[in-house]
Amino acid sequence: MKHLKTLVAAATALLTVAGSAHAADPIKIGEINHYKRLAAFAEPYKKGIELALGEINGAGGVLGRPLEFIFRDDNGKPGDAVKIAEELMTRDGAVMLTGTILSNVGLAISSLAGEKGYIYLAAEPLADAIVWESGNAYTFRLRTSTYVQAAMLAEEAAKTDAIRYATIAPNYAYGTAAVAAFKENLKKLKPEVEFVTEQWPALFKIDAGAEVQAIEAAKPDAIYNVTFGTDLQKFVREGNTRGLFDGRKVYGLLTGEPEYLDPLGDEAPEGWFVTGYPWYGFTEGPSKAFVDAYIAAYPDETPKIGSLVGYMTVQSIAAALEKAGSTDTKALLAAFKDLKVDTPMGEITYRGLDHQSTMGAYVGTTAVKDGKGVMVDWEYKNPVPYMPSDEEIKKMRPAE
Amino acid sequence: MGLFVAQLLTGLANAAALFLVASGLSLIFGVTRIVNFAHGSLYMLGAYFGVTLMHMLPGVFGFWGSILLSGLIVGLIGIVIEICVLRPVYRAPELFQLVATFGVILVIQDLTLMIWGAEDQLGPRAPGLKSVVRILGEPVPQYDLALIAITPVILLGLWWLIAKTRVGILVRAATQDREMVGALGVNQSWLFTGVFFLGSMLAGLGGAIQLPKGGADLLMDLNIIAAVFVVVVIGGMGSIPGAFVAAVLISVLNVFGVSYLPQSTLVLMYVVMAVVLLVRPYGLFGREEKAGEHGQVGEPERPIRPAGMRGRMLVAALLAALALVPLFGGNFTQVLITDILIFCLFAASLQFMLSTGGLVSFGHAAYFGGGAYAAALLVTYAGSPMELAFLFAPLAAGLLAIIFGWFCIRLSGVYFAMLTLAFSQLVWSLVFQWYDVTGGDDGLVNIWPAEWLSGTTAFYYFTLIVGVGGIILLRHLTHAPLGYTLRATRDSARQAEATGINVKRVQWVAFATAGAMAGLAGGLFVFSKGSIFPNELEIGKSFDALIVVFLGGVKTLSGGVVGAAFMESAKDWLTRLEYWRLVLGLVIIGVVIIAPDGIVGTLRKVSERVGLRRSEEFMK
Repeated sequence: MKHLKTLVAAATALLTVAGSAHAADPIKIGEINHYKRLAAFAEPYKKGIELALGEINGAGGVLGRPLEFIFRDDNGKPGDAVKIAEELMTRDGAVMLTGTILSNVGLAISSLAGEKGYIYLAAEPLADAIVWESGNAYTFRLRTSTYVQAAMLAEEAAKTDAIRYATIAPNYAYGTAAVAAFKENLKKLKPEVEFVTEQWPALFKIDAGAEVQAIEAAKPDAIYNVTFGTDLQKFVREGNTRGLFDGRKVYGLLTGEPEYLDPLGDEAPEGWFVTGYPWYGFTEGPSKAFVDAYIAAYPDETPKIGSLVGYMTVQSIAAALEKAGSTDTKALLAAFKDLKVDTPMGEITYRGLDHQSTMGAYVGTTAVKDGKGVMVDWEYKNPVPYMPSDEEIKKMRPAE
Repeated sequence: MGLFVAQLLTGLANAAALFLVASGLSLIFGVTRIVNFAHGSLYMLGAYFGVTLMHMLPGVFGFWGSILLSGLIVGLIGIVIEICVLRPVYRAPELFQLVATFGVILVIQDLTLMIWGAEDQLGPRAPGLKSVVRILGEPVPQYDLALIAITPVILLGLWWLIAKTRVGILVRAATQDREMVGALGVNQSWLFTGVFFLGSMLAGLGGAIQLPKGGADLLMDLNIIAAVFVVVVIGGMGSIPGAFVAAVLISVLNVFGVSYLPQSTLVLMYVVMAVVLLVRPYGLFGREEKAGEHGQVGEPERPIRPAGMRGRMLVAALLAALALVPLFGGNFTQVLITDILIFCLFAASLQFMLSTGGLVSFGHAAYFGGGAYAAALLVTYAGSPMELAFLFAPLAAGLLAIIFGWFCIRLSGVYFAMLTLAFSQLVWSLVFQWYDVTGGDDGLVNIWPAEWLSGTTAFYYFTLIVGVGGIILLRHLTHAPLGYTLRATRDSARQAEATGINVKRVQWVAFATAGAMAGLAGGLFVFSKGSIFPNELEIGKSFDALIVVFLGGVKTLSGGVVGAAFMESAKDWLTRLEYWRLVLGLVIIGVVIIAPDGIVGTLRKVSERVGLRRSEEFMK
C-alpha cells in the first residue's frame, strides 16, 4: 500500500512536470548568420540577442513561454542559408526566421520566405532592395536603410560650400547604392555640385595608396567615404600619411560605428561627418540603460551597433508575438503591420507601407579622445523625413 | 610627371608583400609539385604573429625583429604542416595534396579566431618611418620607400641561395627532375621539408612586412591567395625572378588601373593573366612542364570497366531507397538530399574532364553558375516558363564551355588550370559588375519552379531523375568511344595523336560536355533555391568541386559523387558546432591521410585486401 502511494505520488509528479514542460515549451526563432565568415560583426550581434533573451525570459518570457533562438551558421553562402532556413522552419519548429548581415544572404532568405510563406525579419542586411525593389509580403527589415543614412550625410554636405566631390566605395551592390543615394540627394539639395572622381576598390582588397593618389589627383573639395572594415583602416592610414584629408571635409557612411572606429585606435580620422553609434555619449533614458546592461553582462566589451541591432531584433520579435497573441503565421504577419516597439533608440514602427522599421541613425563628427575614435556633437535623427515618398516606394515594391 | 612617378612607387611598394608570398608558393610548387592552397593562411599567421610581437617588442629593433621572428615562427609552422599533413600523402595522385592543404586552411582559420579573436587588428606603424618624403612634389610614404629597397635585397638573397649554394643546387635539380635527385641519393624528405620551411617563412615575412600598410584580419588568407596564384602563374611556376617581375607588373598595373579605370579593380589581374598565358603558355619565365609527369606519380592507372552485377544491384537499391525517401523522410530530408544530388552532379561533371580527360579545371564554377544565371536571366527578363529556362541552362553553359575551351585546351597542366580559373573570374566579375542586368551581388531573386514542381517532394523527384540521369549519362560516356579516346589523350597525348586521334578536339568536346552538365546542375540549383548570386561563380565554388573529386578518389569513376555526398553531409552536420571549420578541416586531413587514394579508391583497395573483391589481373 505504501509502495502504491509512493508510486502514485511519483506518477503525479511526473505528469505535472511533463504538463508544465508542455506549457513552457519554448517559442523557437530561427536565426541564420555568418558567425564565422564575418565573426567581427556577428559576435556582438549574437551577444545583443542573448542579452535581450535573458531579460525577456527572466521576466516570464512571451505569451507565458520562454523565447529561444536557434543559432545557425551559413558560412556566408546564400544557398546554404536557404537550406538551413528550410530546416529551421520544417524540422526544428521555428515560428519565424531572422538574421543575416550580408545583403545577398538576406535577399535569398527573403525570396524563400515569400515563396513558402515564412515570416522573415531581416535584421542587418544593408541592401534596400530587400524591402523595396525585391520586397515581399513576408519580409520585414529592422536596420536603418542605406538610402536614409546617405541622405542624412548629403543634407549636411549641402550646407557647406564644397562643390567638387570625390566618392570612394567598395565595388559591390551596397557601395553602388550608397553612392547613388548620396549623389541623388546632394544634387537635389545643391544642383551645382559635381562629382570629379568615383573610386571603386574591391571589397576588403583595397589598394589604399593608389586610391588616395587617384583622389588627390582629382583635387576634390570634399570626399564621400563608404569603405568600412579593413578597407577603411588602410584608406585612413594612407590618407593620413599622404595628407589627403587636410583641409577637406569627409562624409563617412557607417564610419562612426564602433565596429569600424574602434580598430583604428588613435589613428581614427578627426572631423569627419559620419553616421554611427556613440554609445559612450548617452547619459540617460533607454539608450543609456541598454549600454549599462550590456556592459554589466559582458564586462570585457563595449557595445557595437551590431549589439544594438541584435537586442532590437529580439525586442521586435517579442513585441510581434505579444501583439499577435499566438505563434500562428497569419496572426504574426498581421501583428507586424505597423507594429510599435519600444527600443533603446525610442519607439520604432514597422511601416505597413514597405515593412521597413523606423529605426533611425546617429550622426555626428569624429574626434579622438583618450586614444580612441569617438563621435562628438552627435544627434539622433528620425529616418522618416529622409525616406523616398510613399508613392515612390509603392512604385518600387512589386505588386502583391 | 610627379604623379606618374609617385604612382609607380606605390605600385613597387605594393609588390613587396605579394612577391614574398608568391616566391614562397613558387618555390614550394617547383620542388614538391604541391599546389599549396594554405599559403594564404601562412601569410595571415605571419601578420597576426607580427602584430602580437610588435606590441611586445618596442622600438626600431623590436619592429624589424618582430618581422623576422614572425617569418621564423611561420616557417616552423610550415614544417609541422609538411611533416604531419603532407608527408603521408606524397605518393598519392598528383594534386591530391591540395585537398590536405584545404583542410589546413579551415583549421588555421578557426585557430586564428580562437587565439586572436574576431576584431580586425590594425598594424603598428614602422618606428622612424611614419611620415612622407616629397618626390617631385608628390608625397611618398617613407615606409613605401623602405619596402622598395628591401624587396630587391630579398630577391638577391634568394637568388644567391638558389644559384650559389649547395641547397640551391639541390632545389634546382629537384625542380627539374625530383626522381633523378632521389635516385642520386639525396634525402628527398628533408629537401621537401626544408623548402617548405623556406616557402612558409617567406609567406610569414610577407604577412608581417605589410603590417604598417594594413593589419591582420580573418579574411586576409583567402583575399590574397588568388592574387598570389596569378603572380606565380604569370611569372612561371617555380621561377623566383618570374614571381618578382609578375608581382611588380600586377601591382603597378593595379595602381594605374585604379586611377584611369576605377571599375577595373575586380578583373584587371585576371585579364593580364589570361593575356600572358595565351601569348606565353608557361608564364614569363616558366619552362615547359615535363611531359609524362602525370602518369609517373604513384601506381599505374587501373583500366576502368562498367560496373559489375553486384555494383549495379547496389546502385539500384540505393536509388530505390532514395525514391522512397518522401514516404518516410520529412520535408527537410528531401531538401537536404536535393542539395546533395545537385552537388553530386556538379562534381561528376568535373570528374568527367578531370579523371577521364586529365584536364584539371580550377574554374568549373563558371559553368555551374553560368547555367544557373542563364536560366535566371531568361526568367527575369523574358518571363519565360521555368521548363524552357531550365533547358537553357545546360545549353548556355555548354556554349560558354565551347568558347572558353577553345582557348584553354591550347595549354596543359597547371597552366591549363589557371587559364580556366582566369576565365571563370572573368565571368564572375562580369556578373558582379553588370549591375543593371545581373543585379550585381544582390543577384536575381524569385526564380521559382513552375506550379507542378513547386512542392518540395515534386522538386525532389525532379532532381532525382535529372541529377541521377546526368550522372549516369556521364558514366555512360566514359565507356563510350568518346570516353576511350579521351582516356587515350590523357594517358599519352603523343601516342594518341600518332594513332590518328585529334587530341585537342576530343579534349574540347569533353570540356564542353562537362560544362553543359555543370550547367544542368546549375539549373537545378537556381530553381531549388529560388535565387542566384555571384558567389556560385566564385573560386571557392570551383574548389569545392575539385576537392570532393579528389576526396572521393580521382582515379575512380564514382569518386566525385561519393566525395560530394560525403562532404555535403559532413558539412550539414558539422556546421551546427561552434568550431565547425576546425572539425571539418581535421576530418578532411584525417580522410586524406587514412585514404590517400580517396574514399572510393581506398575502400576498393581495402575490400581487395580482405578478399571481398577480386583484385585486378594486372596488379598481380
